[in-house]
Amino acid sequence: MHNEIVMAGFGGQGVLLIGKMLAYAGMNAGNEVTWLPSYGPEMRGGTCNCTVVLSSQPIGSPITKRPHALIALNLPSLDKFEDSVRPGGIIVVNTSLVTRLPRRTDVTVVPVAANEIAKEVGNAKAANMVALGAFLGASGLVDKKGVEGVLAEAFPNRQKLIDLNKNALQRGFEIGQAHTAAVAAR
Amino acid sequence: MAKKLMKGCEAIGEAAVHAGCRLFFGYPITPQNEIPEYMSARLPQVGGTFVQAESEVAASNMLYGAAGAGCRVITSSSSPGISLMQEGLSYIAGAELPVVVVNIMRGGPGLGGILPSQSDYFQATKGGGHGDYRVLVLAPSTVQEAADLVIDAFDLADKYRNPVMVVGDGLIGQMMEPVEFKKEIKPEQLPEKPWATTGCAGRNPNIINSLYLDPEELEAHNWKLYAKYQEMAKEVRYEAFNTEGGCDVLIVAYGTVARIAKTAIEQARAKGLKIGLFRPITLYPYPSEALAKTAESAKVVLVSELSTGQMVEDVRAAIAGRKPVEFFGRVGGMVMGPEDLVEQAEKLVAVHA
Repeated sequence: MHNEIVMAGFGGQGVLLIGKMLAYAGMNAGNEVTWLPSYGPEMRGGTCNCTVVLSSQPIGSPITKRPHALIALNLPSLDKFEDSVRPGGIIVVNTSLVTRLPRRTDVTVVPVAANEIAKEVGNAKAANMVALGAFLGASGLVDKKGVEGVLAEAFPNRQKLIDLNKNALQRGFEIGQAHTAAVAAR
Repeated sequence: MAKKLMKGCEAIGEAAVHAGCRLFFGYPITPQNEIPEYMSARLPQVGGTFVQAESEVAASNMLYGAAGAGCRVITSSSSPGISLMQEGLSYIAGAELPVVVVNIMRGGPGLGGILPSQSDYFQATKGGGHGDYRVLVLAPSTVQEAADLVIDAFDLADKYRNPVMVVGDGLIGQMMEPVEFKKEIKPEQLPEKPWATTGCAGRNPNIINSLYLDPEELEAHNWKLYAKYQEMAKEVRYEAFNTEGGCDVLIVAYGTVARIAKTAIEQARAKGLKIGLFRPITLYPYPSEALAKTAESAKVVLVSELSTGQMVEDVRAAIAGRKPVEFFGRVGGMVMGPEDLVEQAEKLVAVHA
């Protein structure tokens, strides 16, 4: 098993956080992991991304030019990384902010209205968790329970916050799962 | 302690604490600010002291003082800041004091940029400041190795009474990987330093100095230092990866580039091309003999660095014309991908077949 995932969005959308949660859950499940943020100069409101590599083998390069999956929380991120995704890969796209669907036809596209769903579960800031859930549902790469466990560790004694994020994760997860099933049936 | 996911910079800080170091003096600079940030929170928890100095020059002289008093002490900076520290480091080397310096290298010259670079190889391995001296240089390629080498750096510094430098780049510093700390040493468990200036009641005073106005004395001091650097040669460390049974192309790379080379090795295997990797872990002393031996069974040697070619000079000296030595580098914060190394290797095989 070797998977390279790029997560990207505006600064403040929480892409670094969902990358860390994925990496933590992957590590707890016994995988080798790397988490690498983009740390170059960016203007306010500019793009932000991180790369997570999960592997059953020691990881060489933590940088990738050909990720297996992309989670794009805004349009500039989709524009920048869409073409890099490997054929057969996954693109989770946040349709709340991204005004177009991916052009790629050789990947599984998972459209998810992450901001609206996050608002429905109680806080628009949880859009990142909805998108992560959609990725987990579509990829099955890391057990959702593992990510929930990381949530509980990250927010000790803040049950309301844990529940909110769990709900956001769950809503995204269902969409991801349904979408993969639909692709498989096609 | 269970495995924790840590940034390279944080792991370096925690490693220093595990090595019994309780003092950090430094001045902020990207991309290593997570080290002072971590130490500013962590050291007070263990009775240590964090000082943000007024400048890098001041920080390096605080290091000089603390090391002279017999304390384990560390600083970290990035390229332009390390240049500023060279005055203090030269004095520290002259006075034979153990300190640990971390350089998370960024592109240069001048202020350069903040992205990954290996362009301070010459500065690190050939002395750095003025005078005829060397520092022992360690180059980790994973977060775990960064932590392990920082702990070793303190032991080596004490053993040789010499500065030890750990060099990484923004990628090693900013990346998170699982890391595990095995043993923790408390400052009170560390061996005594009978040469330190700890107060001379009841004994003769110890003198810590780098000034020798008598040329005969200074010459003797220089040769003594030289002998010590020769002695340090036995500390060479390296990793040879996928080199058993020879290889088409032997890549020589350290730190970040060595990781990328490992992925290139996998990609090349699928194409029927055998790439081996020789990864120096000590950049000074340089593992010249081991490299020369490993290169015997390679067709061509490819040195790859995030510079326009610095370590390649040590590789050429080690190989001494016995094999073709080629170079591929990216600079300015640009980092090669594994595909680029495979492409270079394929080209070389075509030329040197």
